[in-house]
Amino acid sequence: TQSSGSSGINAEYGEEVNKQLETMGYNIGVRLIDDFLAHSPSVTRCSTLEEVAEVLCKQGFKMFLGIVPEVRNWSSAKDEFSLVITENPLAEYVELPPHCQDCLWYSNIICGVIRGALEMVQMDVKCSFVGDTLRGNDSTEIRIKFVKILEDSLPAGED
Amino acid sequence: TFPTHPIPLVLSSDTGKVMVKFGASGNVKPGHSVTAVNKQPVSGLYTANDKPILDVINDPASYPLTITFGRTKASANEKLMLASIFHSLFAIAAQISPVEQSSGIKELHTEKFTLRCFQTITGVKFFVIVDQKQTGCEHLLRRIYELYTDYVLKNPFYPIDMPIRCELFDQNLRKVIEQVERTTVYNSATLA
Repeated sequence: TQSSGSSGINAEYGEEVNKQLETMGYNIGVRLIDDFLAHSPSVTRCSTLEEVAEVLCKQGFKMFLGIVPEVRNWSSAKDEFSLVITENPLAEYVELPPHCQDCLWYSNIICGVIRGALEMVQMDVKCSFVGDTLRGNDSTEIRIKFVKILEDSLPAGED
Repeated sequence: TFPTHPIPLVLSSDTGKVMVKFGASGNVKPGHSVTAVNKQPVSGLYTANDKPILDVINDPASYPLTITFGRTKASANEKLMLASIFHSLFAIAAQISPVEQSSGIKELHTEKFTLRCFQTITGVKFFVIVDQKQTGCEHLLRRIYELYTDYVLKNPFYPIDMPIRCELFDQNLRKVIEQVERTTVYNSATLA
């Protein structure tokens, strides 16, 4: 009972922290997108999710984290894909303590950044971790799912 | 400096500033507004001593009177209003296009100036008001976008979508504009 009690608290704690990290990431993302676009003049509006994945990994991640994640596991409807990160710079010197091993997504801030940034280019996505080598999983993988285009906020001339 | 009442200018205060509606005196023309009375800067429709400017001007006992006029500059609120009207015009321009996928307003020409606009993928619009002969505006607008992302967006104390009051942004913006002015003068000198 002692361990299940503490893992109950841990699960809540983990959820709270994960949510906070995502929110912090979102606040960064909504500003970061303009930084990215201003310094990448060759980038134009993406018309497919595949284009988004390509720009996200080869240019976005490269610019801000210095890494290029691999795009894998496309859904059949091409509306979902995974980003697999081999070397996560945020986790380079990190060891998760036992009470965080099952509940904390240490780099969850990245998911918020992706969600916030894409929202500012009128794309609503769900973004979450499905595995993290910090937690002992086989790979560090983020799953991104396209939800919808945010029609009302489309800038004029872009419909 | 006017020695006696009345003065050869027709003034009005309906814009919240005392403006010349008609008449001229020296370099003062319609459109100019009162910036100081007896060398004291005015505040809206009132002098530095809190007297209504028009009352002072219409009172023969105030004379001789020194009134300073200047070109009327838009207040911050007026600029906000004009920018928001431009935002709507930009959208209308894209919508009334007979051909699909039109952009919004990119250039607006008038007798005295040209307005050039650039819209980012995120919907932020940057526009500059320049001389018709001015070149290099595309580049300038993109430079300003960069300055915006570096000195405004990366400033954690700047709340999104509010008027920009970031010293570093203003400083660097001034530098970029001076640079453009210098190269423009150089170009027109070589053309001449």
